[in-house]
Parts: sequence; C-alpha cells; structure tokens
Amino acid sequence: MHYTATGLDNRKIAIWAFIGSECMLFMSLISTYLIYKGKSVVGPFPHEAWTDPMTGRVFHGILDIPVTSASTFVLLMSSLFMVLALAAVQNKHVPKHTTGDRILGSSRLWLFMTALAGTTFLGFQAFEFTSFVHEGLTIRRNLFGSTFFTLTGFHGAHVTAGVLWLLTLLAIDFKRGLTAADEMVVDMCALYWHFVDVVWIAIFTLIYLIR
Amino acid sequence: MTTAAITPHVTDYKTAGAYTGQKGIWSWLTTVDHKRIGKLYLFTALFFFMVGGLEAVVIRAQLGGPNRSLVSAEFYNQLFTMHGTTMVFLAIMPLSAAFFNFLIPLQIGARDVAFPRLNAFSYWVYLFGGIFITVPIFFALAPNGGWFGYTPLTTKAYSPGINIDFWVIGLLILGVSSLAAAFNFLTTIINLRAPGMTLMRMPMFTWMSFVVQFLLVLAFPVITIALVFLLFDRFFGTNFYTVTAGGDPLLWQHLFWIFGHPEVYILVLPAFGLVSELLPTYSQKPLFGYAVVVYSGILIGFLGFGVWAHHMFAVGMGPVADTVFSLTTMLIAIPTGVKIFNWIATVAQGKLKFTTAMLFALGLISLFTIGGISGIMHSSPPANLQQTDTYFIVAHFHYVLFGGSIMGIFGGIYHYFPKMFGRLMHEGLGKIHFWLTFIAMNLTFFPMHYAGLLGMPRRIYTYDANQGWDLFNAISTGGAYLLGVAIIVFIWNFLSSMKRGAIAGPNPWNAPTLEWSIPSPPPEYNFAQTPEVHSRYPMWDQRASDVDHPKVNLTEGKSPEQMGIIMPYNTIKPLVVALGLVVMFSGLIASRDPATGGSKPVLWVMFAGAAVMIGALYSWLLSPLEPEHHAH
Repeated sequence: MHYTATGLDNRKIAIWAFIGSECMLFMSLISTYLIYKGKSVVGPFPHEAWTDPMTGRVFHGILDIPVTSASTFVLLMSSLFMVLALAAVQNKHVPKHTTGDRILGSSRLWLFMTALAGTTFLGFQAFEFTSFVHEGLTIRRNLFGSTFFTLTGFHGAHVTAGVLWLLTLLAIDFKRGLTAADEMVVDMCALYWHFVDVVWIAIFTLIYLIR
Repeated sequence: MTTAAITPHVTDYKTAGAYTGQKGIWSWLTTVDHKRIGKLYLFTALFFFMVGGLEAVVIRAQLGGPNRSLVSAEFYNQLFTMHGTTMVFLAIMPLSAAFFNFLIPLQIGARDVAFPRLNAFSYWVYLFGGIFITVPIFFALAPNGGWFGYTPLTTKAYSPGINIDFWVIGLLILGVSSLAAAFNFLTTIINLRAPGMTLMRMPMFTWMSFVVQFLLVLAFPVITIALVFLLFDRFFGTNFYTVTAGGDPLLWQHLFWIFGHPEVYILVLPAFGLVSELLPTYSQKPLFGYAVVVYSGILIGFLGFGVWAHHMFAVGMGPVADTVFSLTTMLIAIPTGVKIFNWIATVAQGKLKFTTAMLFALGLISLFTIGGISGIMHSSPPANLQQTDTYFIVAHFHYVLFGGSIMGIFGGIYHYFPKMFGRLMHEGLGKIHFWLTFIAMNLTFFPMHYAGLLGMPRRIYTYDANQGWDLFNAISTGGAYLLGVAIIVFIWNFLSSMKRGAIAGPNPWNAPTLEWSIPSPPPEYNFAQTPEVHSRYPMWDQRASDVDHPKVNLTEGKSPEQMGIIMPYNTIKPLVVALGLVVMFSGLIASRDPATGGSKPVLWVMFAGAAVMIGALYSWLLSPLEPEHHAH
C-alpha cells in the first residue's frame, strides 16, 4: 500500500464518508415518515383499522409484524454471515486442519450465505409490497403509502446493491480466489452491509414496532 | 522567520525538446490528472458563469425601466430560475471545485487525489448534467419555479409542463457529481498529506475546503431526498407535497433549506480559503490567528446546519422556532466576524503589494462585510418580515455571493493562474477588470437595497412607474451592463495571457505554501520527491534540510518515465459511466405526455443508460488504476 497520513487505506475512509452521507439520506426519509405519521386522510393505516365512509369497506392495520420479524431475523443473521465471510478472507493464509476449520474458513460459503439471506429478505419485501397493494395500499393511496413505500423501497434498493456487490465478490472468489490483497474490498462491502442492516433495525423499530 | 525566497528558477517551459505533457482532445477526454480536471472544471464553470451572467443581463434589461416587454412573464420566470440555478450549481460550486482539484493535492504535497478516476467521473457528470439543465432555455422550456423550487408550486398540479422535470432531474444528476467529489476530497485531505503536514499546518484553502467537503457530504443527501419526493409526486402520483392528501406544504421548505443553508457556506468558504492564502502572500506576513481562523471555519460549518429556518420566518413557525433560529443566525455572525478581523489584522502593517489578486481579496473583505451586515438585519424576525421577498434580500445575497464568492474566486484565478498555466495574467488589464467589477458590482446591487426597502418585490417581471423604484432599477441595469464589460475584459485577459503572458517561474509572488515549491505549470507527477513539511509556511521558514526538496522538485521538462515515476493510466471509462448515468436519467424525460404537457418516462432509454453505466462501471472497477509497481 502507498504511504498515507493516517496509515489507513483510502478506500476505508471513503466508505465511512459514504456511510455518513447515507445516514443523512435515511434520516431525511425516516423523519419524513415520522412527520407524516397519522396525517393520512384515507386508510389503510399501519396499525389502526379504517372504514371507508364511501363503501363501508373495513381496512385492518396493514403491517404484519410476525412476518416482518422473520425477515428482520434473516437480515440480522446475514450480518453474522458477513462477519464470517470477512474473517475467512482475512485468514486465507492460516492452515486449515479440521472440517470445522474448512467450513469456517470458506469465504465462498459465507459470501453465498450472506447474499442468500439478503435475497430472502428482498423476497419477503416483495411479498409484503404485493400483499399491501392487494389490500389497497399503493404508493399513491395516501401519505402512509407514499412514505412507507419510498422509505422501505430505498432500503430495499440498498439491499439489492449489497447483494450485487456480494455476488460480484463471490464470482471473483470462484474465478481466481479472494486473497489477503482483496481484504479491503470485502471489508468495505461488510461495512456497507452492516450499515444497511442497522438502518433496517431503525426502520423496523420506528415503523413496525412503535405504534 | 526568514523570508529569503528560493532562488527564482525561471525557465521557459517551452524549451525545445522538453516534455510538455500530454496533448490532444483524446488526452483530455481520458485524463485522470487532478490538474487537468481542475482546468476542465475552470473552463466549463467560466462558460456557465457567462451563461448565467447573460441571463442576468436580460433580466436587468427587462427591469431597466417600468412596463418593459423585452421578455414575456413566462420567459422571465425561466430566466430568474436558471440564473440562480446556473450560478449556484454550474458556476460557483464548480469554480470552487476547480480550485479543490488543482490546489488541494499540491497544497498537501500529494501526487494526485485519492481516487483519480472518480475525480474524472465527477467532472463528466457535472458537464453532462450542466448541459442537460441548460439546454431547455434555448427552447423556452427551462425550469421556471425558482432555484429553490418551492412546492406546491412545483408539483404537477401547478406546474404541469416539462420545465420542472428538467430541474428536478438535473439537480439529482449534479448531486451525484458533488457527492462523488466530496468523498474523494475528504479522503484526499485526511489521508494524502505529506509527512509532517499535520492538520494544523495545512494551508487555509485546504482547511476551508475540508470543512466544505463535510458540508457537501451531509447536506446533499437531504436535497436528494427532497428532489426524489418531488420526482415521485410528479411521475408516480405520490402525495409528499399534496396538501389535499394531508401533505405539509412546509416539508419541502425544511428539507430544501437544511440543504440550502449549508450550501451558502459551500459557496463562500472556498473563497474565504482563497483570500486566506492571498492576504498573507501579498502582505508578506503569516495569517493572523491561524488557529482561530480554522476554528471559526469549523464553527461556521457546524452552525450552518442549525439556521435553515431563518429562510422561512414569513411562513409562521411560531415565536419559539423564530427565536431559536434568529439566535443561531446571529451567533453565526461571530465566527464570520472573527475571520474578517483576522484578515484585517493580517494586512495591518504588512509589506503590501497591490496586485490584482490582492485587490480582489480586499474587495471581498469590504463587500462581504456589507452583505454580512444586511444578513444580521434579516436575522431578526420582525425586520425579516418587512424585508423578505423584496429586492433588499436580492441585494443581500448578491453582496454575499458576488462580493464574497466571486470576488474571492477572481482573486484566486489571478493568484493561481501562473501556477496553472506557467504565465502571469496581465496586471494592467487585471486592474481595469477589478475596478470595473468593483464599481459595477456596487452600482448593480447597492440600489437594490433601496428598491427593496421601498417595497419592490422579487421575481416580478415588470412594474408600474412612479413607485419610487424607477431610478434605482435604471442604475442597477446600468451596473449590470458594466459588469458584462468587466467580464469581457477578464476573458480577454485570461485567454491572451494563456498564450502571451509573461513567464511566471515557480513562485512569482513569494508565496509561502507547498504548491509554490514546484515548477509552473507543475509536472504531471507534481512532486518528484515527496516533500517533508516542518511548518505552516514551508517556503518562508526553510530549514537546511527542507531546501533540498524544492530543488529536487524543480525538475522541469522531464516526463514521468524519465523520472521513473509510475502514473495512473488514462481512461475513458469514467466518462462513459457518467454518460450512461445521464442517459438513464434522461429516460425519465424522453417523451412528452400529451395529456399533461409534462414528460413521460421511456423505459428503453432508461435501461440502455443503466446498462451502459453498469457495464462501464464494472469494467472500470475491475481494471487497475496504474501499472504494477516493480521492485527496483
């Protein structure tokens, strides 16, 4: 590595700056959601039931907390897999003696598992979006729909970008094998992935859990 | 402190056989050299500055007398919207970026920025985005909702046409450029400082740029989201700014000004940094209270995030909010005032050299102070309610942005032109330019204070006679024409000096910082040998061990190969990625919706753009930056 004033890799500083910027992005989205909470003129609403005065149709609170808890669990587990993937890349040079060592040391396995968990989360989100639309909540329906789909959609887009990044790393790993020289790229991907997870914790708490 | 200058090493860099760098259009399209990208920014931003200036001249021609009908009311809206948008996003910010690019690596003793290809990408996105947002005015389809784009005026219900779509998408594109550049410069300043270049030894321009990068990183995501909401409202029928659906008409204003006020410091702090380089040089004494200037710059940046609602006193936020934002606004005058006193104390008892650059620096101190004082006036809500949306405000922010940013940038151009091009700008023409600008600037903007206090509202395309505004408007218009003349003098001086200016030598001004230790223009590799820094003013405070480095670094006319220095490859990929990005966004606008007169997305254009962008991005990320290093 070239000389740097802090001894850190340039890319490490850049990804932290990027994450700082992303914090403001999600803060703007989350704040807007919270400001508009309870301001929708028509339902469906997140938690409360609503009866359409025109048709008499009853809309129940639309958020399905048990299902989203499951997808949240999957996403949180993906962070664990990401940690294992990074550790596997960092310890490439360490000799593996037992089957356990080889499993823990397989960057391909853990990159795959992380991407799989991310994709599963996206599958849950696709299911959630579709069922909301069927229940009558679209992005145009009311303020809740606009803010909810935009916020969670932005998060989903971030997860998608992360999955693409992971799959790219996986492809490189299969093609030529990730080495200690690639550690920084995997580290950056991991930081990004954990950040996206942390944002989800905030979203899950503020939107789903708090009434 | 000794002020003995390094022996002037004046060589005509066009000596036969000497290496003069890369040539040809292709080398400019593929360059990753921060100095050449800086020049690209400079030329492009000066071009857009003239476009914005031309729009201003038409505005002033229309307002020169009562009841004129040079342009229609509708086209007038497009003119003032594009004048503001152009000057903020396409002229002043990129002019600052030109200096970030050219100067920061030189001032901190680095070979380039941290991510040279990302740097090229930022420039190309800026260029394509600038063209995207500027072209519509030639078809009278330009954005027409003001540079601040207040909702609900800019929502589909009230602005159904294609105009606002160009504005929303154009600003989203330009945001990508600013953010990419900010990550790059933040990393560069943190990580690429030469040995010994501690934070508190950094040149003041680099320091103020450092603060600006933080502001960019934190402020731009907010406007990005505000714009995304507006985009969704316009294209997908969401309700963010729809009042009938329960939307808050103030949401946009809050988000916009949370970005917009830091943006003011993004525009002015680089100019503050530049004059903090100029004043010590032309006074031949160190900047007074260096540490305090640094801290006040940081404090301005920090407080800049806590004053946004002073743009909104008239909307009725209530006494508590008004009081808080009024107080924070008054507070911000303290660090700003500190800077002004530091500059004055720097000049006091110095060995003053009244070069053109120095005149512009002094011009900034005097004119910015006037803008600062009128700023304090509207920080008080009762006064603000009288002044808001009048020409008094127009006068205020032109004293801040023209008197502050533009004066500082002009000073910076005269000061750094020799470093950029190896030749001096003509001082006689420069002084004519300065005095014309100084006089014309005051003629244009000072009467606006009076017109505003007499009740003349902003953004009206004409007015009736005998309201007491006629004379002030006539003077303003005359001043604007004179400013046009001043710019012509400047451009003439700039272009002719590039060809025929006197050869400058490495340090024509006996300036103290690192960029002056290398030839003018600097070789591609900047420093043949990484300098070691022992003080804030290495060119003034030389120790025996330091003197060698500048000598080693004064190696003119040698190519990187001759010096055995590995340089990054040129590459077209950043340009292709930028092009793909802009095509992708253009897809949103590619077709006109006959039902509304607005635009309709065309999916295949968006997918084609995205495919080009992603393909070129992968190709870029998977190819090495520079040849592999071989152990010698």
